Amino acid sequence: MNNEKSDNQIVSEIANAEYKYGFVTDIEADVVPKGLNEDIIRMISAKKEEPEWLLEFRLNAYRKWLTMKEPHWGHVDYEPIDYQDIIYYSAPKKKKQTNFDEVDPELLSTFNKLGIPLDEQKRLVNSSDVAYDAVFDSVSVKTTFQDTLGKYGIIFCSFSEAVKNHPDLVRQYLSTAVPPDDNFFAALNSAVFSDGSFCYIPKGVTCPIELSTYFRINAAQTGQFERTLIIADVGASVRYMEGCTAPQRDENQLHAAIVEIIVMKDAEVKYSTVQNWYPGDKEGKGGIYNFVTKRGVCKGDNAKLSWVQVETGSARTWKYPSCILQGDNSVGEFYSVAVTNNYQQADTGTKMIHIGKNTKSTIISKGISAGYSDNSYRGRVFMAKGATNSRNYSQCDSLLLGDKCGAHTYPNIQAENDSSVIEHEATTSRISEEQLFYCQQRGISIEKAIGLIVNGYANEVLNRLPMEFAVEAKKLLAVSLEGTVG
Amino acid sequence: MKLLEIKNLWVSINGKQILKGLSLDINAGEVHAVMGPNGTGKSTLASVIAGRSIFNIDEGELIYKGKDLTKLSVDERAKEGIFLSFQYPVEIPGVSMVNFMRNAIDEKRKYFGQDPISMHEFINLMEEKKRLVEMKDTLTQRSVNEGFSGGEKKKNEIFQMAMLEPQLSILDETDSGLDIDALRIVSNGVNKLRTPDNSFIVITHYQRLLNYIVPDVVHVLYDGKIIKSGSKELAMELEKDGYEQFIK
Repeated sequence: MNNEKSDNQIVSEIANAEYKYGFVTDIEADVVPKGLNEDIIRMISAKKEEPEWLLEFRLNAYRKWLTMKEPHWGHVDYEPIDYQDIIYYSAPKKKKQTNFDEVDPELLSTFNKLGIPLDEQKRLVNSSDVAYDAVFDSVSVKTTFQDTLGKYGIIFCSFSEAVKNHPDLVRQYLSTAVPPDDNFFAALNSAVFSDGSFCYIPKGVTCPIELSTYFRINAAQTGQFERTLIIADVGASVRYMEGCTAPQRDENQLHAAIVEIIVMKDAEVKYSTVQNWYPGDKEGKGGIYNFVTKRGVCKGDNAKLSWVQVETGSARTWKYPSCILQGDNSVGEFYSVAVTNNYQQADTGTKMIHIGKNTKSTIISKGISAGYSDNSYRGRVFMAKGATNSRNYSQCDSLLLGDKCGAHTYPNIQAENDSSVIEHEATTSRISEEQLFYCQQRGISIEKAIGLIVNGYANEVLNRLPMEFAVEAKKLLAVSLEGTVG
Repeated sequence: MKLLEIKNLWVSINGKQILKGLSLDINAGEVHAVMGPNGTGKSTLASVIAGRSIFNIDEGELIYKGKDLTKLSVDERAKEGIFLSFQYPVEIPGVSMVNFMRNAIDEKRKYFGQDPISMHEFINLMEEKKRLVEMKDTLTQRSVNEGFSGGEKKKNEIFQMAMLEPQLSILDETDSGLDIDALRIVSNGVNKLRTPDNSFIVITHYQRLLNYIVPDVVHVLYDGKIIKSGSKELAMELEKDGYEQFIK
């Protein structure tokens, strides 16, 4: 009808909503010179007062990295990265303090703005509390609720602190899920990683509150290379959340992280991510390159590992949170919602490697593409000879908004035994004019209607997120897709 | 008082002329039945009043509460009190009826500068309206129309109508596919919403529905325009002798 705005008009009118976290914190930083060589690595290691074995680990990784090639099999295109044009270490000048009152107020206010409370009241811990490790550029600035968690024998601290205070644990588990030469970006991370979170849940302990790492990139021309190591010992369980944001800049910034999770017998880990790195502007300028290796090993029998991710940010995403199901009867899960808009490109999925008997994995992937973006699901399901009577179920759905975007599915399935069952389902759909009209006829505006329908489509995954995360993720989905009528 | 005035309305879709100079006046408090053979433009009329953008208004006027309706978007019309009970309600997977209704109500409240409805108030309202259409509890916990039977979908439409308290309700073949019990329930629901301020356009093929929802005026729509209007007895005549008598 003539009074109705055309779809294209609506798209251009609303354009994309402002990225809320694009501000920069003005803080003096301790940086190493630009570029990468053995001296830089020694410098980072020295700044962190690391033991000799860790420096060796870094240098070995670096030497391997030099022989490796950047992977280009993913459905992502980007200008070549000049690895000598990146600053590999940037830390706020004021040193990390043990006392809350001594953390730089500028940093406290930054995390406050991001909705991450770093103050903790002296009171009994509440199950709705979340313990945060706040990582700002290359260092962890504060970890909350450490004392409370300590009473349960839980170690939750920055990676650097763990190296100092729990070197044996770190040494025992470091790189057991992701070897330094696993891939190009993992090797790079192993050489230059600066900080990250460390978490150890002792035998039989259920962590009473949710643990969370919040990553913030602030400095320009700087990459963030953090490393997270989570160990759930026999019979332990923990729920972990990860969040991230970065300033709005015209340049692309590299984020090459590693997350390793070790799940022992009868233990359970649930790792949730709401990835909201700066996605670049409407024209595709700027934004984070999120090239991340996340992997967990279900080492013991009956171990369970769940990955839940909501990916709305980053200019480029290359990320496959995976499970190695080593213990018999172990369970791996991957629930993902990946949204791409404007010129974003995401290549994400998972690997389920079944080694133990009667292992089970579930993959639910929901891709949503809008604008000129490309959204790919890439997954591998492997059943080893010994993984008898194992099962996998995969469901990969794509939702297209508009006709300039792309959705792609690249499943790779391999079974080396006859008793395992693998199921794969895939659908591609659009929001129909009928659905939009129906919502609007009930008084719901078109933008809200899209938000509702998209949230409904992703509901199966969003429901798996911790409560407050789910609320945030739902808002984020609506915002990332405003004005993208198909 | 005139609630809706349609003057010489010409509507086409993809170059095909559907409505050809249709005129219709509806006063507040009246129930108008629109009858006619298939493909004469009944559903198009309903969609155009609601503002569906796939139709093109070539000529004519649509005045609602004294305002030019064509200046309002679909959702604005809904907020202003126009409700369409769909002939084929669409499914929206993953969106719960509760969430859907709450959004609809809050959007309307926002439009009139009111605060969102409280959870308490909302739950009470739902309970009340569910009873009105004898709706099973579980329905509202399910996704919008997903896996609903034909009858449940129609009940759900009337439930939504009751929740939104519209001034002008258009029932587009709400009776088709309903068994006699469901027809009674749906009709009762509608009758309870009849007030001196609210008006209804009841589109139907069958006189049967009009035994339950008694109209003030009956119109025969044929080839894109109203060719005959009369009292409820007109529906009886149609049932007995068919449309042929009025054609030509």
